[in-house]
Amino acid sequence: MSDAALPNAGPAAGPPVRRAAPRGSLIGQIFEGLCFAAATTLLLSLGGIIVSLVIGGWPALSKFGLGFLFSTAWNPVTDVYGAAGPIVGTLITAAVALIIALPIAGGVAFFLTELCPAPLRRPIGTAVELLAGIPSIVYGMWGLFVFAPLFARWIQLPLMSAAKPGSLLESLTTGIPNGSGILPASIILAIMILPFMAATLRELLLTVPAAVRESAYGLGATTAEVVLSVTLPYVRQGAIGAVMLGLGRALGETMAVTFIIGNSHTFPKSMFDSGSTIASTIANEFTEATSPIHTAALISLGLVLFLITFVVLGLARLLLRQQGAKL
Amino acid sequence: MSAAKLVRRRVSDIAFKIFCVGVTALALVALAAILWSLLAQGFGGLDLDVFTMSTPAAGSRGGLANAIVGSIEMCLLAMVIALTIGVLAGTWLAEYGGRSPYGAVVRFLNDVLLSAPSILVGLFVYELLVAPFHGFSGFAGAVALALLAVPVITRTTEDVLLLQSATLREAGVALGAPFSYVVRQIIWRSARGGLLTGALLAFARISGETAPLLFTALNNQFFNKPWFDLRQQTANLPVVIFNGALSAYDDLRRLAWAGALLIAVTVLAVTIVARIVAQEQKRS
Repeated sequence: MSDAALPNAGPAAGPPVRRAAPRGSLIGQIFEGLCFAAATTLLLSLGGIIVSLVIGGWPALSKFGLGFLFSTAWNPVTDVYGAAGPIVGTLITAAVALIIALPIAGGVAFFLTELCPAPLRRPIGTAVELLAGIPSIVYGMWGLFVFAPLFARWIQLPLMSAAKPGSLLESLTTGIPNGSGILPASIILAIMILPFMAATLRELLLTVPAAVRESAYGLGATTAEVVLSVTLPYVRQGAIGAVMLGLGRALGETMAVTFIIGNSHTFPKSMFDSGSTIASTIANEFTEATSPIHTAALISLGLVLFLITFVVLGLARLLLRQQGAKL
Repeated sequence: MSAAKLVRRRVSDIAFKIFCVGVTALALVALAAILWSLLAQGFGGLDLDVFTMSTPAAGSRGGLANAIVGSIEMCLLAMVIALTIGVLAGTWLAEYGGRSPYGAVVRFLNDVLLSAPSILVGLFVYELLVAPFHGFSGFAGAVALALLAVPVITRTTEDVLLLQSATLREAGVALGAPFSYVVRQIIWRSARGGLLTGALLAFARISGETAPLLFTALNNQFFNKPWFDLRQQTANLPVVIFNGALSAYDDLRRLAWAGALLIAVTVLAVTIVARIVAQEQKRS
């Protein structure tokens, strides 16, 4: 037996040694490859969204340039499009919804973690979580058929008749008193993101170690002081992340808004003026777009929405990750 | 501590408690009002026709049968696609490359996709599958729904796989099994309940989605012919509800409420089952 033959030489007698690893290794490699491909598919789908929005919107972007973002024209007849109306509508409705929903969601979360009697804690907590999963079209329908008439009858009309001509209130309340417009849409949006934000905040507050809360109470702090100076600061970063997740939802929400915002593309002039958001404009017009440039303008709107929500959601996730929260 | 300060602390504490109780009551009342009108209006529109007849023209008899079947078909196809991709991607993140920089990027983007506006997913699938092939189709609708379900499944898969103990993996490998075999036959099995929870939550998420279907599956007055062929425009509950609610006809609106009730009940039921499965898992 020469030295060169050594690597191939097994024991001279007896059956060859069977090893497990080489037998399974091919399947193992294929499996790992499949897993890797699936993870990459995720990456590609997000990349695909960006690329398809840029390509689809390019005719409008190149025709109108940066002015697309700042022009309020939206005219399918003359094929001139500007996104300012829907962009401002999106930002205003989301911001107002957040302003309404945030204190309420906070109150619900504090109630559930600090004040609620133990037997009610689980049922209410579960109810809030279940409601967070109700499809948004249900909120939209309720807004259109139930909320809008009530809103017009009990809030819009009294406010409009109370407003003195020329006063600030009058300029805020001009519009058609039919219950649809910027403010009603914001309220519906607030109701829709409320369970989600409350559930997330509650989850965060439950991560505060019992010892921290109890030592605060032990030092004689009142409930308000425990919540506002101890537990809430403890989860501060995560709470900001949760709020931004809610904001992301409000920005991109389609169905809860489309029914009740009134769908006009002008710059909204008052709380009750009808307006539009990016998502509602796309939902209403996309399948009925009259010309290629109309379709492209709608897709460019989608690109704008994508960029806004990507920044908000990205920041939200980074903050939540630093808090170490799994949401 | 001065008496005045004590009083101030007392008062602010009481004000805080009243505020918390008040807004909780307000929120619960608002949400109860929504559920109430859903039940009242939805049951009003619910009859046998809803389950046996196709969507009507305004003023004639009809139901939601074609939309129900279309929705179920699309959701099931979406779940098959999403489970394949989501479970494998989650497995990669948990078992193979999750700690690499690439893994961190994938995880971050998955989290962003998790809450990305669904209407944008619809636009993407429109550009990908509808525009090039010149036609709306139930298949495109299913792909759009799958894209919404994948991040949910990926996330839950990674989370439950990471919960399985390292000893389990080591024991499998020590017995001489290849690692991929350990993952498939031991880790996946012991994480079965958690994977099922993730799948159910994803299903609940997509079954009520409207926006992405508006320009992928579109709508269809009738059953597909043959009924399982998703290469044509396919009726589905969310879009029928959307069109019905925006129409001026009372009978179409009644159908829309009935459809909304069906979807809401389905979502709630699936979510509750998912929670029960998750609890069983925790107990064992």
